[in-house]
Amino acid sequence: MTTASKEICKKLADKLGVVLDFREEAGDPWALIPAERWKQACLTARDEPELSFNFLRSLCGVDRPDDGVIEVVAHLFSYQHRHALVIHTNTDRSASRLESVSSVWPAAIWHERETFDLFGVDFTGNPDLRRILLPEDWVGHPLLKDYEEPDSYRGIPTTRPGYEKKKFGPQLKKPAPKKPAPKVEKKPEGGEAPKGTAGSAEQK
Amino acid sequence: MTPTIERGPEGGFAVGPIDGLLNLARKHSLWYLLFGTACCAIELMQTGGPRTDTDRFGMVFRSTPRQADVLVLAGTISYKMASRIRLLYDQMAEPKYVIAMGSCANTGGLFQESYAVVKGGDLFLPVDVYIPGCPPRPESLCEGLMLIQQKIEREPWLKKAWGKYKSDKPDPMPTEGCEPLR
Repeated sequence: MTTASKEICKKLADKLGVVLDFREEAGDPWALIPAERWKQACLTARDEPELSFNFLRSLCGVDRPDDGVIEVVAHLFSYQHRHALVIHTNTDRSASRLESVSSVWPAAIWHERETFDLFGVDFTGNPDLRRILLPEDWVGHPLLKDYEEPDSYRGIPTTRPGYEKKKFGPQLKKPAPKKPAPKVEKKPEGGEAPKGTAGSAEQK
Repeated sequence: MTPTIERGPEGGFAVGPIDGLLNLARKHSLWYLLFGTACCAIELMQTGGPRTDTDRFGMVFRSTPRQADVLVLAGTISYKMASRIRLLYDQMAEPKYVIAMGSCANTGGLFQESYAVVKGGDLFLPVDVYIPGCPPRPESLCEGLMLIQQKIEREPWLKKAWGKYKSDKPDPMPTEGCEPLR
């Protein structure tokens, strides 16, 4: 699988004429495509006989406010060759815009609608770019890290009376206080037990 | 209020206030809307099946809100669905009752951290009976329907029909004086 995956990306890079940032340690091969070559890369991946990625498994977004980008990730699969590829691209976070690949794989229409709904990525060329999960008059894009939920939607409160308002976005970025670290030092003789507490703290 | 059945040598007859007689008829023809939004709807189907058999109480499902008396909120309600459910509720004829079935319809349940899920059906519908569970078993739903029956039994139906009865469960989004949800 690993040798094949390297060939897949090499083939794709040769056809596009660009050097792709490529990783293969994550399982499926993973390549970063420049945003302006996005549709061309998808067309190449579908039409090149040795690649022939005829199936779009999924297309989604990732918000990375620290880098100022919204990633768009597409998982591709080829039924002929039984191989997979993950391609992704970075769009500008302040005005995220990307060419639609709905003409390459029609399944992308709904995936792009979802990405538009939750991240606000504007897919130019999508024939039906509306919200898909949320109502059409919803304000905001909920999976952005700086999303603030409105207090109500058409008279329905978004928080149950008597409950605290949910905290989205910036609050999540605060690192958790590292209290368990001194505890581990205090109990060195405990054998495996301190390791267990330290491990659970790291997981949190 | 409950009518008593008198039995004579040549048959029986019921004696009671007209309200009680009407209620007796109403509570034994409680038709629920065949409508579900998530996995609770599977249990709703089971409740109509032969094991729980709500037919024996006169409860049958109707596929149109125009003929239904009870709206069972079976499942997670998203904001997009809430306006549709409100539309269904507004289409039902009075008297109408609402059952919030399962955790999601009660409070949002498992999904109350979500951006897309309504935090309880009672935020946009007047709910009569809340059934806990995830999902509730058919027995629970059957008990909920029987609680509606008990509620009907106590209701001053004639006063209600002529608008002199104030309900104890105000509609959170009344049709008049409020922007319609849809």
